[in-house]
Amino acid sequence: MSEWTLFEVFVRSKHGLNHKHVGSVHAADTDMALENARDLYTRRSEGVSLWIVPSNMITASATDEKEALFDPSDDKVYRHASFYKLPDEVGHM
Amino acid sequence: MNQYDDLSEYLLRLGDSAVVQGQRLCEWCGRAPALEEEMALMNVGLDLFGQARNWLEFTAERLDDGRSADQLAFCRDERAYRNLLLVEQPNGDFAVTMLKQFFYDAWHYHVLTALKASSDKRVATIAAKALKEVTYHLRRSSDWVQRLGDGTEESHDRMVKALDVVWRFTVELMAGDEVENRLAAAGVIAAPELIAEQWLATVSQVLEQATLTVPPAAPSFYLSGREGMHTECLGVLLAEMQSLQRAYPDAVW
Repeated sequence: MSEWTLFEVFVRSKHGLNHKHVGSVHAADTDMALENARDLYTRRSEGVSLWIVPSNMITASATDEKEALFDPSDDKVYRHASFYKLPDEVGHM
Repeated sequence: MNQYDDLSEYLLRLGDSAVVQGQRLCEWCGRAPALEEEMALMNVGLDLFGQARNWLEFTAERLDDGRSADQLAFCRDERAYRNLLLVEQPNGDFAVTMLKQFFYDAWHYHVLTALKASSDKRVATIAAKALKEVTYHLRRSSDWVQRLGDGTEESHDRMVKALDVVWRFTVELMAGDEVENRLAAAGVIAAPELIAEQWLATVSQVLEQATLTVPPAAPSFYLSGREGMHTECLGVLLAEMQSLQRAYPDAVW
């Protein structure tokens, strides 16, 4: 068990939607990871497709870089399309 | 209707094997080697109880003697149980558990595949639903048998020992009886010889991949689950499973 690898699990809940990260599983390899993910994360009809990715293959942004990476976008409200008047014909957007 | 005929008898066999295998799996609850594996084992157990309910509800309707599916499961003694000897055997270590599961799954898969084409529509419908679940059960247990057989020296040794313990009970998977022969002739189920052939092919393939040797066909055994002649293990299992019903008959939530 201590030798098992950690995998991240992504579930597509229905066709046309994106795979979404739902959690992780331990497994000896990718085949077992898929089965474990199926048994843990789709037992209440949550999905139609599964991805599993070894957790150590994920490159994550560093927590201490949070300010430099993300704060600068906080005051750039003009990047949201909220200053345009939508013509009525466009409907919901 | 009150039909205690070949089909009712056969339905009991299917239902009882599913109940007993499910109950054995329950024994792993809280004890499985990994959290992921525990969920997987319980999922399989729950699938089997669902299937057992379908088979036993149909049986209860046919018998029409006032007993419900629940009463068939929880109020019959071991002599009335018709499950395979294989599934009542103790779990042992994980190797024994998985090998039993695999032998049962391989048999179950071929039996249900054939039942999908049963001349009895209700049987065909129940089988078609169950087959989806069992296809996955077989995939999982085949994987485990291969992993353990072709794994470390210890896991291989344990599988060899498990094979030695479990193989003798496969004799029931390899031979039918009069009831099954008559049902097969009527197109309700597949011929037992056909199931035996398919079972052996699946088992041989997986055992070979698991670097395990397929033993010669198991010799006939002095007990027979389908005749209600069980090993000593079943009585203990039923005593636990039925204890609530026996202590508080017809208790409800």
